[in-house]
Amino acid sequence: MERLTIKRVPTVLSNYQEDAAEPRGCARNCLGKCCLPASKLPLYVFKSDAELPVSPSDAAEEPRADFFLNSLLLGQWEDRMSRGLFRYDVTTCETKVIPGEQGFIAQLNEGRHLKKRPTEFRVDRVLQPFDPVKFNFTKIGQEEALFRFEAGQGTKAHFFESAPVDGATSLSVVVINVSPIEYGHVLLIPRLLDCLPQRIDAECFLLALHMAAEAGNPYFRLGYNSLGAFATINHLHFQAYYLSLPFPVEKAPMKKIHMAKGLANSGVKVSLLMNYPVRGLVYEGGHTLKDLADVVANSCICLQENNIPFNVLISDSGRRIFLFPQCYAEKQALGEVSQELLDTQVNPAVWEISGHMVLKRKKDYEEASEDYAWSLLAEVSLSKERFQEVKAYIFEATGLVEVKVELVDGNESKGTSYQSTPADSTHFSEGCLVLQ
Amino acid sequence: MVALRLCPIATIHDHTGTLPPPAAAAMAEEMGSCRDRLIDQSLTARYSGWILEALDELPDNFLITDPVISGHPIVFASRGFLAMSGYAWEEVVGRNGRIFQGPATDWRSVMEIREAIREERTLQIRLLNYRNDGTPHWILFHLCPVFAMEDGRVIHFVAVQVPILRRSRCSRSGAREMIFGACRNEVRLDEDCGCNLAVDSFLDMDNKGLDAEESCKASDREKEKALNAANSVLSTMTHYSKLTGRVVCTKRRGSAGIAPLSSSLNISLGRIKQSFVLTNPHLPDMPIVYASDEFLSLTGYSRHEVLGCNCRFLNGPGTDAGVLQQIKDCIRAEQACSARLLNHRKDGSSFGNLLHISPVRDASGKFAFYVEVQMDENLKRDEHGLSPKMRQLGVVGQVKVAMRTLSSRAGP
Repeated sequence: MERLTIKRVPTVLSNYQEDAAEPRGCARNCLGKCCLPASKLPLYVFKSDAELPVSPSDAAEEPRADFFLNSLLLGQWEDRMSRGLFRYDVTTCETKVIPGEQGFIAQLNEGRHLKKRPTEFRVDRVLQPFDPVKFNFTKIGQEEALFRFEAGQGTKAHFFESAPVDGATSLSVVVINVSPIEYGHVLLIPRLLDCLPQRIDAECFLLALHMAAEAGNPYFRLGYNSLGAFATINHLHFQAYYLSLPFPVEKAPMKKIHMAKGLANSGVKVSLLMNYPVRGLVYEGGHTLKDLADVVANSCICLQENNIPFNVLISDSGRRIFLFPQCYAEKQALGEVSQELLDTQVNPAVWEISGHMVLKRKKDYEEASEDYAWSLLAEVSLSKERFQEVKAYIFEATGLVEVKVELVDGNESKGTSYQSTPADSTHFSEGCLVLQ
Repeated sequence: MVALRLCPIATIHDHTGTLPPPAAAAMAEEMGSCRDRLIDQSLTARYSGWILEALDELPDNFLITDPVISGHPIVFASRGFLAMSGYAWEEVVGRNGRIFQGPATDWRSVMEIREAIREERTLQIRLLNYRNDGTPHWILFHLCPVFAMEDGRVIHFVAVQVPILRRSRCSRSGAREMIFGACRNEVRLDEDCGCNLAVDSFLDMDNKGLDAEESCKASDREKEKALNAANSVLSTMTHYSKLTGRVVCTKRRGSAGIAPLSSSLNISLGRIKQSFVLTNPHLPDMPIVYASDEFLSLTGYSRHEVLGCNCRFLNGPGTDAGVLQQIKDCIRAEQACSARLLNHRKDGSSFGNLLHISPVRDASGKFAFYVEVQMDENLKRDEHGLSPKMRQLGVVGQVKVAMRTLSSRAGP
């Protein structure tokens, strides 16, 4: 693999990204309004009344539904690989688990970044209007699209190998990421033709949760980066890929935040992430997938409106969602990040924060240590005080009311509740992972 | 990587929604009984027919599982275990251990177990299991791998369960913050028992199933009991393995010959329900190192007849030599290719084989295996409407995903 010059540039998500600035008559099969309505794409329709699964979908015993998405997504991905659509073969990128308690995952990937800078936008504003002149996903070729992923009415999922697009409302597409972090790295673009900017709303977030639930595999995660938290394109998209290793963030303990009962709760549980370099909130539960989606989306909307950049990890097949407000870009701009860390050129977006680091230099990969990973991520985190503030904004915006329970002395607690000790349950409500 | 089309493969557009052809149903049934036989013979083949009686005499609660069989099923359940869990033998043997988990089982304990299996090491952990009647109970779960002496492969896992007795109001030492005490040290089975991996947690009050149930750490006595039980089972197995000459041991010995496929890879591959094999191009004559159940059904061979052999046994007089040569060229060039071949089953009958071959790398990025996916050209598309070609590519994708994490663990 040819060594590319290292520059601090965003990665390319599509083969069409670099020429986006050039005016183009559309003589090709793109995903824009000019070409798409006349086209056909594979369409996967999931059942939209799927409740939050109480027990995990059993990947090995009942392979049909889960196997199908794996076959569809991975089969299509392999097909695009064989057609040479990716910038490099990600399976040639060495991967290892860094020894240590946390189990950070490091990958040596020298091909992930660009030779020249693509068009950019400000990194100091989380919400920016969609700019149709800049690169967006309507400009990519249809060969980069794998299938449509949309809600259906029925009680069963359906697949149509070649469905006409014409007349489709709310068309959402899964496309390949041509600079993959891992095998199977795709992007979910909700309501593609509506050209939404990179911002979370409840409906689109629910779509992302459905995709995680449909894959039914805890190693297939979805992630979201806001502008200012290393999103590269201002066109609403989520990322997703498979990696059959636990992410360090998924193993970190959590401390439940006690809530007063109220309408806003709808069964959703919120916890603080503990013993992890980046401070974050963890959402689980909810009587339905929509309940969970709504609470998380409202939290994100609150952050967006307060101009706080953030990342979201959808884990455990949509049952656990991590929200990380961050401040790395600001620190960088203020010159507060050490040069040594900057030299490794890792942009801490959602995957890095979750513990999967893509390193661009062999030296960094070989010397990668848990200390390095921890210290990089520690720079990303909001400070304790700031995080408390932000948490308070979120709670107010989502109508959640925290209840502080007092501790009488070290060993006993007031009342009969055992959760009142700080050494609280890291309880995971529904769902448990399947044994391999 | 270039996909070289040697013969055009037409995608079969069949919109009639027909039922799967009789062949597929019969195949499924045959596969089922093939798997049942594997489960029945899992212990007796290696430890002799006496093993079942000997294991039956042990009073402890334990299960033995076989990671080589797809789905990683239970192949033995002790009487103590069946009594404790309220299940009958038929309800347990052939199933995977996850059936004893339930809604309140700590997700991370399950993850710990899964990783121990993947890393082929011992583990002792507290776990919430569910009996047949749905009631939950805490057990100390103690898992050990059993290695084949000849090649160091893991061929069985022994899982001992010791019920943890409820104690009232055990106090915690200080109000310290709870740390998830996971450590990756192997629990040694000899006397200097290292760290234990008991996970402490209190249950939520509002947890629906477990109304104010609480538990504490397993007592030292319980831990010792688990260790002793595991030792009895293992020494019984070791003893009887000497009768067949296929000796086992509790620690992996360096293997003299071919590095076997790890059990975690076996388990991942076992989940891919299609006909395919993995071949190792780094070994002389590129032998098969993995064959799926579906491959065995399609071709009529048994696993031990094909492992270690080159795929050419499928070819015969009707197989086009020119096509074979082109496949060879592709393999030499480390490229993917698709071809249609006339192949022969063990019983002599022939079938048109839509073959797709692709090189596969491991986590270090190095080229490790070839995956060869077979498809009987008479098989129509499945009821979901996915074309045969796409399903084959899906197999390649799943194998590649499984391989991405293969050598990437920092292990012993």
